[in-house]
Amino acid sequence: MRHALLPLTLTLIALFSTAAQAFEIEDHRWFGPKDGDVLRVISTTDTTILTPLIEVFLHDNPGVGLDYVVASSGDVMKALSEEGRQYDVALSSAMDLQVKLANDGFTRAHQSAATDLLPEWGEWRGHVFAFSQEPASIVVSAKALHADEVPHTRQALISLLRDQPDRFRGRIGTYDVAQSGLGYLFATQDARTAETYWRLMELMGGLGVELYCCSGDMIESVAEGRILVAYNVLGSYARARTDLAEHIVVIDPEDYTHLMMRSAVILKDGENADMAGRFVDHLIRAAWSTPRPQEYPFSDLSSDFTLQSDAQRPINLDPGLLVYLDRAKHKRFLEEWQNAVRQK
Amino acid sequence: MTAGAKSSVQISGSIRKRLLLQLLGTAAILASVLIVAVLGFVRDVAEESHDRILSASATSILDSVTVTAGSLSVDIPYAALSMLGNISDDRVFYSVTSGGTLLTGYEDLPDVSPPLSADGQQGQPAFPTVFQTLDYKGDSVRMATASRRLSLNGIPKVIAVNVAQTRDGQALILTRLTRSSMALGAGFFLLASLLSVWSAQSTIRPLATLTQAISRRGPKDLRPVARPVPSEMAPLVTSLNTFIERLSASLSRSEDFIAEAAHRVRTPLATVRTQAEITLRRVEREDNRTSLREMIRAIDESSRAAGQLLDHAMVTFRIDSLEQAEFDLSNLAEELVERLRPMAELRDISLVFDGHPPCLMRGDPILIQNAVRNILDNAIKYSPSDRQVWVSVTTEAGTECVSVHDQAGGFGDTDTRSLTERFVRGDNVQGTVGSGLGLTIAREVVEAHGGEIRIINTDTGDGACVTLCFPSL
Repeated sequence: MRHALLPLTLTLIALFSTAAQAFEIEDHRWFGPKDGDVLRVISTTDTTILTPLIEVFLHDNPGVGLDYVVASSGDVMKALSEEGRQYDVALSSAMDLQVKLANDGFTRAHQSAATDLLPEWGEWRGHVFAFSQEPASIVVSAKALHADEVPHTRQALISLLRDQPDRFRGRIGTYDVAQSGLGYLFATQDARTAETYWRLMELMGGLGVELYCCSGDMIESVAEGRILVAYNVLGSYARARTDLAEHIVVIDPEDYTHLMMRSAVILKDGENADMAGRFVDHLIRAAWSTPRPQEYPFSDLSSDFTLQSDAQRPINLDPGLLVYLDRAKHKRFLEEWQNAVRQK
Repeated sequence: MTAGAKSSVQISGSIRKRLLLQLLGTAAILASVLIVAVLGFVRDVAEESHDRILSASATSILDSVTVTAGSLSVDIPYAALSMLGNISDDRVFYSVTSGGTLLTGYEDLPDVSPPLSADGQQGQPAFPTVFQTLDYKGDSVRMATASRRLSLNGIPKVIAVNVAQTRDGQALILTRLTRSSMALGAGFFLLASLLSVWSAQSTIRPLATLTQAISRRGPKDLRPVARPVPSEMAPLVTSLNTFIERLSASLSRSEDFIAEAAHRVRTPLATVRTQAEITLRRVEREDNRTSLREMIRAIDESSRAAGQLLDHAMVTFRIDSLEQAEFDLSNLAEELVERLRPMAELRDISLVFDGHPPCLMRGDPILIQNAVRNILDNAIKYSPSDRQVWVSVTTEAGTECVSVHDQAGGFGDTDTRSLTERFVRGDNVQGTVGSGLGLTIAREVVEAHGGEIRIINTDTGDGACVTLCFPSL
């Protein structure tokens, strides 16, 4: 048995290779006064995106300081479940990890007038609360691709890549699913939904796909013209970059578009549960009340989306998300994915 | 009279109350049993359906365990866990073990894989699914364990899949169903209570109607109870009827006896009186004459009493089967006045009649004549000489009334109502012969006809007025 488990253990160590080190902080910012109540938030969301919402919250709650730490979704999970760091609220785009935090008992239940605004599918057992719905989009370079060439389905993208391999070789990008929790979530949901995904990955692998940690980098790469097509990019981030609007085209595929829900959990070990509840309520109210306030950074799906509603596939907040977090499943999926992408 | 009778009855509880309490008690017990039974049933069903879905989940994971290139691999189907999310938002835990060693999942989840030597299902590699309730990560969870034998490189292994889920959703469902079954039980109890009240009421009803029928009877009504009664009450009614019969027989025997006795006494008395009067004419000595007069007076008194007893017996008899004839009260009274006028004139009393026919009524004329005669007799008898007695017949407010107004000094301070009791006489009649039965007879006749008797002393205080009123035709 030992020898059977050994490779598995090794792979796990490789997977969470940063396990030995402390989790990696990407950005750290302090809002409001330093001497009052402190609300500690760990998040995968870029500081600049949430800043307007946070400032309105601090304006409504004077004397409160907000310690905002940005990390990758994997690191957020690690910080909370392995290192036992104390935070009051965790915001993450990795729905599976948020569900796992709640399932494994790291979170506390919360109920308020604001949580009543949520639809049933927008929360899980009163622990996980969605505050955005964001599409997994395709971003292409506006300069490099002719308007006729812009692919509106995965099939069209496959045809485009297959027909002109030399044009796209080394100039396509997607998430590194081994590195990004959100990338992994999108990839596993894609793999669940259609076989097209594996064909696309094999094709992209054959064309020397560039792997990225984050949506922001991919969007900038496309805008700068370093790559022509980026697959599974957060559409909300791409649309938010109005400065790059001329350089990129954001496509929500018409065959199916997964909708990720950014969600918040209140952590059990947090010291300021009351304030955490108020902050989560603030996020929920911004997201689910109509009309949405100006400071809400994410697009309003009902008005912005030109997509057919049956193409939208919201990812369900349910224990099914735990399946791809299973060690064996994770390992198997990554192996399969790497076989597809790294085939040179 | 009735109040006195009630207070002399010893009350030992109430049948209705006892019946009601017993029925309500039964209903309460049945309602509780119903609630407990429904709850138990519901809990079983909830647990069983939860077990089934856990078992389905565990089995589907177990099916995904394969031997690939000499090593075990697990590929958990997405649906295995998401199906658990469909029924509730409960936390889900799982683990897959091989020979007790964790392959994947939550390592601290208790593993209950059966030993390799355990008996499977009729030689099948799969073992029966095992369910248990335990505490895990601070919550009560229900866990299903599916397991089977697998040969790995020729070595048999037991692969077990444990799938556990917290039971908040189940508790929620149970709370809701508990509330429903409580409401069901309460509804049942309410309905049963209403039926109990109704049932107690209707059980008591024959008793109440019998009581009512008996208490509605007139004082002289001694007929047996003829209305149909439930079989349980038959012995009571039979005894009651026997009792009534005995009573009635004994009453009529004594009435007969009195009438017979009065009759037997009156006839010889008449002879004695005649003899005494003859003797009075012959006797010269004043002493002896006085004695004889005293004797005659005593004989008169006895004879009159015997007459009234006879009258009373006759009245009692006739009332039992009251004749219903139409006649004019005014004519009847006038006729009576004319008949008694000679006797009144003997005593220097003048009778004045004032009638306004027609005064039609229905009843037994003989009885009514008897009643009026007794009143008039009294008035004549108690009046001193040279006085008047007025008899008038009037119609007032649906009644026909005959009044006898005398100047005989009234009834004094005696309660006018008690005068109609048998053998009660006014305060100021000493020295006059009388039995005290006259007013009693009058009252019984009036009451048998549904009328009323009014006895008042006149304002001037020198007489009384007795009025008998009967319903008009």
